[in-house]
Amino acid sequence: MIGLQHYLVVSAILFVMGVLGIFINRKNVIIILMAIELILLAVNINLVAFSAFLGDLVGQVFSMFVLTVAAGEAAIGLAILVIYFRGRGTIAVDDVNRMKG
Amino acid sequence: MIHVLAFYLFATVVIASGAMTIFSRNPVHSVLWLILAFFNAAGLMILLGAEFIAMLLVIVYVGAVAVLFMFVVMMLDIDFAELRAGFVNYLPFGIAIAVVLLAEIVLGVGIWSAGPIELAQRAAPVTGEVSNIQAIGALLYTRYIFLFEAAGIVLLVAMVGAIVLTHRARGGVRGQNIDKQNRRRPQDAVRNVKQPVGQGVEL
Repeated sequence: MIGLQHYLVVSAILFVMGVLGIFINRKNVIIILMAIELILLAVNINLVAFSAFLGDLVGQVFSMFVLTVAAGEAAIGLAILVIYFRGRGTIAVDDVNRMKG
Repeated sequence: MIHVLAFYLFATVVIASGAMTIFSRNPVHSVLWLILAFFNAAGLMILLGAEFIAMLLVIVYVGAVAVLFMFVVMMLDIDFAELRAGFVNYLPFGIAIAVVLLAEIVLGVGIWSAGPIELAQRAAPVTGEVSNIQAIGALLYTRYIFLFEAAGIVLLVAMVGAIVLTHRARGGVRGQNIDKQNRRRPQDAVRNVKQPVGQGVEL
């Protein structure tokens, strides 16, 4: 039978996959943003699994707010990416520290 | 039995497509794998009985966020081969951190399952009399109404921020000036001319 642990392990693997994605694609901001989405998805699976197995709906409500913030974060992040590309012609993030003023 | 099969199917595909998202060479493929990952995560949530969150995942992520990613990937003209330089250098360090993190999380799950945390009181117990969507709606519009409105404000701020960031005033375009249009009177615009025969019109 599938228990809570199964879901927690799936979400742990997905979370770690997101962290790994941030580390190995250090230059490509688009993939980094996608990795952050993967991390937030893992968090959502965690919240919903606990909510279902402990019989408490608040986890699902909270997961909805995580989703809201993730959508807003993706929109703002991509907007910053677009203006960064417009001014520089590349999206390599290792020279972002020159972005002053 | 079918539940177990479905769980392993969804779990395998969501992990595999998560891996393909971060490892694939082409960002367009990454976005497509991300869509697959979200779809299968929605399947997992249906198995958990959270239909509302599952539908929200499909609508918000597959319908909006993934399309936004796809739009940006295709709009920006980027040399992706150059961006992959250093991939191999970062790989050992990244995998080391990932393994440490995974070991810690699995350890945490093990400790939790050894002695489960007992909540003293359920904040919003599942009764099972009403459907999932109805129960969430009843909770969201009563007890969590201020949080719900705060979420709306977060989305509004994100929308305004994205527009302000990406908007630029272009030179050389002729926009509509409504104030100027409204101030224009017939006596400024119309002229009666007594036109003699055989001569050109002088404008």
